[in-house]
Amino acid sequence: MTHYLEFEKPLAEIEGKAEELRALARKNEEMDVEKEAAALDAKAKTMLRDLYKNLSPWRKCQVARHPDRPHTKDYLKALFTEYTPLAGDRNFADDLAISGGLARFRDRPVVVIGHEKGHDTKSRIEHNFGMARPEGYRKAIRLMDLANRFGAPVITLVDTPGAYPGKGAEERGQSEAIARSTEMCLKLKVPLISVIVGEGGSGGAVAFATANRVAMLEHSVYSVISPEGCASILWKDAEKMREAAEALRLTAQDLLGLGVIDRIIPEPMGGAQRDPAVAMASVGDAIASMLAELVEQSPEKILNDRRRKFLEMGSKGLAA
Amino acid sequence: MNWITNYVRPHINSLFSRREVPENLWTKCDECGTMLFHRELSDNLNVCTSCGHHMPISPRLRFNALFDGGIFTEIDVPLPLADPLQFRDQKRYPDRMKAAQKATSEKEAMLVAQGEIGRTPVVAVAQDFGFMAGSMGMYVGNAIIAAAEAAVKQRRPLILFSAAGGARMQEGILSLMQMPRTTVAVEMVREAGLPYIVVLTHPTTGGVTASYAMLGDVHIAEPNALICFAGPRVIEQTIREKLPEGFQRAEYLLDHGMLDRVTRRSEMKDELVTIIRMLMGLPPAVKGDLPAPEPEPAPADAPAE
Ligand SMILES: [Zn+2]
Repeated sequence: MTHYLEFEKPLAEIEGKAEELRALARKNEEMDVEKEAAALDAKAKTMLRDLYKNLSPWRKCQVARHPDRPHTKDYLKALFTEYTPLAGDRNFADDLAISGGLARFRDRPVVVIGHEKGHDTKSRIEHNFGMARPEGYRKAIRLMDLANRFGAPVITLVDTPGAYPGKGAEERGQSEAIARSTEMCLKLKVPLISVIVGEGGSGGAVAFATANRVAMLEHSVYSVISPEGCASILWKDAEKMREAAEALRLTAQDLLGLGVIDRIIPEPMGGAQRDPAVAMASVGDAIASMLAELVEQSPEKILNDRRRKFLEMGSKGLAA
Repeated sequence: MNWITNYVRPHINSLFSRREVPENLWTKCDECGTMLFHRELSDNLNVCTSCGHHMPISPRLRFNALFDGGIFTEIDVPLPLADPLQFRDQKRYPDRMKAAQKATSEKEAMLVAQGEIGRTPVVAVAQDFGFMAGSMGMYVGNAIIAAAEAAVKQRRPLILFSAAGGARMQEGILSLMQMPRTTVAVEMVREAGLPYIVVLTHPTTGGVTASYAMLGDVHIAEPNALICFAGPRVIEQTIREKLPEGFQRAEYLLDHGMLDRVTRRSEMKDELVTIIRMLMGLPPAVKGDLPAPEPEPAPADAPAE
């Protein structure tokens, strides 16, 4: 069952009609609908291409949040072998919004860490919709430290609406946990590669994405605040999220222009959710190529280059 | 030590107060509602004379009280690109900036200075809540980097006074990028073996809290300061319940292990001097007001653009 976004409604109608025709034909052998259905398919294909050719920033936010997009759990299966989850922050709990552990990426031992949003109501609640609490960042810090000491590159997959705004999370030091996680990213002498695969929400994202190389999937977003949040503060109207999404420059294309990210990973026509296998394979190839740029470098260079990159970031604005 | 008390400082203080504080203005304490005469309030470092509530204070006023004799040298902060995203909301960002500059007579939301406190050379950096709610953009990041570089170069401790309503939304992702940028600055001070002391003032929220404000060697907060990542309103909306009294206030954070101390503004200087001198391996400070030191020459090695 395809999940359609609001702006995909006209597409849903056409694809639905084609599907209906074929269903009718299956019941009634006399009917020959293939020609008609194929025409609808062609029309849908053109419409899909037109819709995705020039997605507005707000539409990209919707695509980035699409429930059928591949999540960390899917990437772990598709791109890694021997994935061995490691749990807990050794202080309070294991935060299921963050998955992470040892794994092999194309035979090379790595530490992989990612936000997990969940795929249905039950798993979404279990993973807290990908919104980490302090324990999640502290687990990540522990895993990054492990990678650092044993020379394993770190790969992070970012997909979060942001840090969890909860009472306990604040009491247990959400701010400190995020600050320390960002700090840990900056201390690593092993390559740190980050891919924003869906939503890169604010501090919850930067705590994992202070990386040597940051890539974004073509329709993912990365922002200091959600367009809805920004709209309600600056426009005093949460319904102005389209304007806010535009102004915030949160698309992969704008962020590449600003020098905040290093590359864009193309998505299949109609978004990663339409063909997760192809999207994940592209992510795998991008990780491999970014890793190849870094693995031969000295630990000091890896650390110093990462620091310099962030110190210099933003000095050129949109002209970067 | 009476012979040096009241030597130069009162003169300098009155000089600054007269220039900065408009006369005939009354401020209402947002805690107890008392109407406070502006002059009286600024003489008390913006602490309510009636209930002790610590109101925001401008970096300049704070530095006048902090540095010996009110003497400090500003450290230049490299100016970032204006309006890097060409951000448009209901107002243009450059217009908002101009309004804030006019209202505060300051360039931006951060002031960096060097000087002596209790005869101890330090670099201090203070965030200005009065300037676009102290929001963190490229300039704030540049200021912290300039402060860290000056501290390392001169082997001085770094004291940071935080105050921020959140991100500089008009700088979008570049505001977010100040979290790692300022963390690099903190690392530089740490690796040089110099103390980095954070004084958290009301309010310190959002990405500021989740970066340089929570990475200090020592965390001191002013009484009742709101210190949080997510604000109380956002949390109440999420969990749909009322938060306990004093939630996310300095004393609450002290109870929950996130701070070392909660200290009144009037006692802050002495406490900073005591801590810094111990961490720097210096003998105990001479207490009380000291005569003003010779003004420091402007740093010859101002940070490069
Ligand atoms: Zn009061």
